[in-house]
Amino acid sequence: MQSEGLQSIDQAQTVNKELYEFKNKRVSIMNKLMPVVLFLCASVSVLTTIGIVFTLITETYQFFKQIPILDFLFGTKWSPLIPPKSFGVLPLLSGTLMITFIACLVAIPLGLASAIYLSEYAPKRVRKIIKPILEVLAGVPTIVYGYFALSLVTPLIQSLFDSAGVFNALSAGIVVGIMIIPMVSSLSEDAMSAVPRSLRDGAYALGATRFEVALKIVVPAAFSGIVASAVLAFSRAIGETMIVTVAAGSTPNMTVNPLDSIQTMTAYIVQVSLGDTPHGSIEYGSIFAVGMTLFVITFLLNILAQYIARKFREEY
Amino acid sequence: MNIFQDANRTQIAGRRRTDWLLHILFVVATSIGVIALCALIVDILIDGIARLQPDLFTNFPSRRAEGSGMKSALVGTIYMLLIMAPISFIFGVGAAIYLEEYAKKGKITRLIQLNISTLAGVPSIVYGILGLALFVRLLALDRSLIAGALTMTLLVLPIIIVSAQEAIRAVPKSRRDASFALGATKWQTVYRSVLPSALPGVLTGVILAMSRAIGETAPLVMIGALTYVAFLPEGLKDSFTVIPIQVYNWLSKPKVEFQELAASGIIVLLALLLLMNFSAILLRNKYQKNV
Repeated sequence: MQSEGLQSIDQAQTVNKELYEFKNKRVSIMNKLMPVVLFLCASVSVLTTIGIVFTLITETYQFFKQIPILDFLFGTKWSPLIPPKSFGVLPLLSGTLMITFIACLVAIPLGLASAIYLSEYAPKRVRKIIKPILEVLAGVPTIVYGYFALSLVTPLIQSLFDSAGVFNALSAGIVVGIMIIPMVSSLSEDAMSAVPRSLRDGAYALGATRFEVALKIVVPAAFSGIVASAVLAFSRAIGETMIVTVAAGSTPNMTVNPLDSIQTMTAYIVQVSLGDTPHGSIEYGSIFAVGMTLFVITFLLNILAQYIARKFREEY
Repeated sequence: MNIFQDANRTQIAGRRRTDWLLHILFVVATSIGVIALCALIVDILIDGIARLQPDLFTNFPSRRAEGSGMKSALVGTIYMLLIMAPISFIFGVGAAIYLEEYAKKGKITRLIQLNISTLAGVPSIVYGILGLALFVRLLALDRSLIAGALTMTLLVLPIIIVSAQEAIRAVPKSRRDASFALGATKWQTVYRSVLPSALPGVLTGVILAMSRAIGETAPLVMIGALTYVAFLPEGLKDSFTVIPIQVYNWLSKPKVEFQELAASGIIVLLALLLLMNFSAILLRNKYQKNV
């Protein structure tokens, strides 16, 4: 009887031990396996970048076999669909830059003023209400802004200027500007909030007014962050697609008149992909060449913004 | 002496006036953004509210504005969310865990981190180009639901990774120490202690990224989400359309009736976004109370 009991205890112990070892083994396998799996997850982002660069380079290379790269970069006529075909990117570039310029003219002063108000003037209560509202502005889908431009801003501009068409750069530019206000204001405000209290207190103790503190103490101290936010906003405006597609028209046009209809690089890409362009055709290649131009410009601007923010930061 | 004092006083008064004037100016500048938002919402409500009828949700788009609806777009958006959410959650959170808990501080980690922040600044249409070349052509998924969802996943991944990293970083070190002290392995600690504690923050980020995705138009136009779809997608490889593309389609038609339809489509889109953002805020508030 007793020996049987002992035996079953022994058995139970071995079973338990096996179970324990099995569980332990599973735990240790998971422990060794998971870092690898997680690393693979993290590498998706790197693969995305490689994918983007690789796609753009190979397709653009095919395109440049047919159209000399210098004709593309310095040509002043963009007529990809109607013969005589011509692939000079400058009209698209000038259209893009005009939109971006108008947008920055709207967004940088307004965004910066909002940032100064929120960080230096506004009582806590007001700040708590205004900040989320501005953030909502950043979350509105761009197609909605496109509607806004077409149905409200364009008629307004047309009633002010007789020569303005249904599609014009000014309307699209202003609305892109409104869209990037929150970007300028929130990034600048972050930079201003990082300026230590003691600097402001010192200026106040010398009898400075709030405006003087803002202009002569806070803005210079946060300058790198403010410039970086402006560069990022610039880059965002260049890449903006739906507003310009809807409101700025589709006529590649080297003009300096903001009331004219123009076409941006992004709007051209949308125009071509809406049509049924066969794979391998020269129009199909042109969207990659234009996309490459767009990618390179925004990439360089983003790197510049990061460099400015890091390099010229005042440390306190 | 008196003269100096007077001069001083006028100077101070002048400076005070400048301060006051600029204060007004800053308030005005700030309110322009707020006013623009109000104008946008009022404009859309006025134009679109009349068309916000059951027809809009139960009918397919048609050539005539009367009785035209956005059933296929609404369903397409929801399907895309359902496919995209789990994929981007797994990859995004996985990457965040790796970067926060496992990665050794070194060149490769810095490169990945830099790469993620750069990707966040790439224009969305460039993702469309990638999607077109990679998913539509190379993997031969054609202009399908799955190609669209995968393209959008790549687009929102950087956003999810960054917000998940912040949430994981906010978990106090003492929690990890306690888990290790009980004999847990690294993975057990991460999975059973760190992740549950960071989950509300992670989910908030995921919801916000999803709300960014359902408003995106350009990349899906690129990969060829059809603008006129009079059927519901039944499989992953069916063609599809989403709300913003349907809106764009209506918007590009000159007739006033279609413009009104576009406005009502926008109302639906904004309502959906509001709902998602509201749930994200609720999550965040609950989370903040718990800590």
